[in-house]
Amino acid sequence: MELFIAQILTGLANASSLFLVACGLSLIFGVTRIVNFAHGSLYMIGAYTGYTLMQVLPGAIGFWGAILLSGVAVGIVGVLIEMLVLRPVYKAPELFQLVATFGVILVIQDLALMIWGPEDLLGPRAPGLRGVVRIMGEPIPKYDIALLVITPVIALALWYLMTKTRMGVLVRAATQDREMVGALGVNQAWLFTGVFALGSALAGLGGALQLPKGGADLLMDFNILAPVFVVVVIGGMGSLPGAYLAAIIISVLNVFGVTYLPQSTLVLMFVVMIVVLMIRPYGLFGREEVAGEHGQVGEPERPIKPASPKVRGIIVTGLCALALLPVVGSTYSLVFVTDMLIFCLFAASLHFLLGTGGLVSFGHAAYFGGGAYVAALLITYSNTPMELTFMLAPIGAGLVALVIGWVCLRLTGVYFAMLTLAFAQLVWSLVFQWGAVTGGDDGLVNIWPAEWLKPTVVYFYFALIFSVCGILLMRHVQHSPFGYALRAARDSQRQAEATGINTRQIQLIAFGFAGFMGGIAGALFVFSKGSVFPNELEIARSFDALIVVFLGGVKTLAGGVVGAGFFKGLEETLLRFEYWRLLMGILIIFIVIAAPEGIAGSLRKLGERLGLKKVEDQ
Amino acid sequence: MLEVKAINSFYGKAHVLRDLSFEVPRGEVVALLGRNGAGKSTTMKSVMQIVRTRSGEITFQGQSITSFMPHKIAKLGLGYVPEDRRIFTDLTVVENLLVGQQPSREGAVTWTQDMLFDLFPNLAERRNNRGKALSGGEQQMLTIARTLMGNPLFVLLDEPSEGVAPIIVEQMAKVISQLKSEGLTILLSEQNLHFAQLVADHAVIIESGKQKYYGTLEDLNNQPEIRDTYLAA
Repeated sequence: MELFIAQILTGLANASSLFLVACGLSLIFGVTRIVNFAHGSLYMIGAYTGYTLMQVLPGAIGFWGAILLSGVAVGIVGVLIEMLVLRPVYKAPELFQLVATFGVILVIQDLALMIWGPEDLLGPRAPGLRGVVRIMGEPIPKYDIALLVITPVIALALWYLMTKTRMGVLVRAATQDREMVGALGVNQAWLFTGVFALGSALAGLGGALQLPKGGADLLMDFNILAPVFVVVVIGGMGSLPGAYLAAIIISVLNVFGVTYLPQSTLVLMFVVMIVVLMIRPYGLFGREEVAGEHGQVGEPERPIKPASPKVRGIIVTGLCALALLPVVGSTYSLVFVTDMLIFCLFAASLHFLLGTGGLVSFGHAAYFGGGAYVAALLITYSNTPMELTFMLAPIGAGLVALVIGWVCLRLTGVYFAMLTLAFAQLVWSLVFQWGAVTGGDDGLVNIWPAEWLKPTVVYFYFALIFSVCGILLMRHVQHSPFGYALRAARDSQRQAEATGINTRQIQLIAFGFAGFMGGIAGALFVFSKGSVFPNELEIARSFDALIVVFLGGVKTLAGGVVGAGFFKGLEETLLRFEYWRLLMGILIIFIVIAAPEGIAGSLRKLGERLGLKKVEDQ
Repeated sequence: MLEVKAINSFYGKAHVLRDLSFEVPRGEVVALLGRNGAGKSTTMKSVMQIVRTRSGEITFQGQSITSFMPHKIAKLGLGYVPEDRRIFTDLTVVENLLVGQQPSREGAVTWTQDMLFDLFPNLAERRNNRGKALSGGEQQMLTIARTLMGNPLFVLLDEPSEGVAPIIVEQMAKVISQLKSEGLTILLSEQNLHFAQLVADHAVIIESGKQKYYGTLEDLNNQPEIRDTYLAA
């Protein structure tokens, strides 16, 4: 019993930072509809800034003053990000802004590395709160007790701000209908900036407050991101009481998980999220998301059409050039282009789901890594011939996608996206922790292709044929009756249902198909590398694909492939620089601002403007 | 007071308003009449620049507002009451009013919550209810009250009689007459000619985004052929 109480107290103390970061994210999403991937980075800056300030400022006043100042400093950083990066892209299609925030993550990672160096920093202890107190015989750190008091105070202050002040009323009104708030004379631009400043300051505060417990390191931005998204989704996007409750649930469960079922820690929160979303599809206190109610209906989707003879000519020429690469290129270039082709196929499979299906999957790595692991497991444990394995792996990935899709398709919008992320994390942690079978962190090695495929040149052609055929197949499906039905379900689910299309079934098949195609990419990958590690299943891998699809252009058929080719090429060029993330981040932000419809989409627009291409008649 | 000069507006690629012109003199109620889909709501949104005009000019008190953002236009004293009400359903009645609140303005009535509760007694009883708990008529009153909290010189009133009970329609007509007598200028969009006749001085009739008639309501009553051609029976 004593231990039980002590654990609950520890959980509540741990909830502190999680709550602060999550409610900042929730506020920002509610008003601006931006899924701010960079929120973890703001939390990280808060921790580093707090650390530096605590070195300078003396004593208890210095310690607490440093925490407050960190919040203010990060608030200012937030304002800069909002004004310089996000303001130019508010008008872009929904979710495109998250690409810009991804660019911000990269920039902040390198800036933090430049300023504070690569070593983990041990957080200073709070003056006067160094020891423990005994509660029912169990030692509880004094700082935890302080957090237990501070968090509700901040929560109350926020509650007061949101319900009793005009600013709070405006924020809540804008969460529902920001266009109307504008028509009533409120300058949205400043409201957005204000909310961004507040949300960022909370993240910074959260980062500085956890210093005595966790210190500061360069991985904390991504590490907090998953739990924070989970908390926001469980609580209901935009709901502060929801975020508070969810942060407590997750933190307390986590403490118990560590004690009684250590293997569960990585999955626990995702399981909770899945359960909550199954029962309450919009989180504990969230409200239903209605498409377009926030005055953010983008340009109508264009009809798609087969490529013109000119474009086909260009593509055929390009493919011929690729086919000739072994004659002129080095072995290194063959390996690089093989990687690129595989990535293009992977990105195209996500693009199929996202562009044609309108289904935003945040966890597409599950199928890429899934295909790779199915292949690796078959080879390792049953000595299946490589050719057969190569056929079975995508089927395995497709089945995983069908199961995940079957559950996730009950939800829509951001909740759907978050649920796909949760399942991808489940798959990842399963692989990561079931070391006896999957090799855990050490991965599975010696997964080589059949003898005849071993030469780099042969494998290059193998990958070329499969990725090109895969991409063409997806294009073909997009132009088939199935593709029409899928787009109908995307554009107007109700109308599609009314014309006799079983939208759920169509979307599920599309989900499975995209998983299958991702699985082919995964199988190609594992045999080209000879090994596979859990990081092929990670969030970062899913995000890579997501970023690439948006960069290329969601609303153009070629978007995924163009984006993937560009991204790989860029990465290859920049990796030789020490601060390549900084350069890459700045470039991504630049592209997002300069080409809000993605590379392929903006090129098409440019072509139309120059009169090279006829504008479609409606 | 408000002049609309040859504006063109689009929804995506659909050309909705075609060279539309009319004016609203100070202190008058002008009815904007037309059938469903004629472009009445788009005209309202174009004045607020919620739908941006592609060409033409709109001036308010002699100042061109075509390049302004909606919030800036609202700050000039133009109040907008949308047709689909768009109250903040998660906010209470009082909070909805708070969103609309603006500093007092020279030449306009400075509205307080109590004055508005006198004007709409039904709202007074429900001041602490959330918007989603209100009836359609109460929501309509709340949208008007919310806009009045901005102390406007001019109100764009988009189909206030649509989908509310006849008794509320009567009450609306009284309120509009009262607002007019207090000096407010109003552009009222309506399908219901009868309702417009109760309150309006001038009428603009539009069809497919083009102006078909501009004149006094009396003249319109003497030209039944226009009425029958462009308005629903």
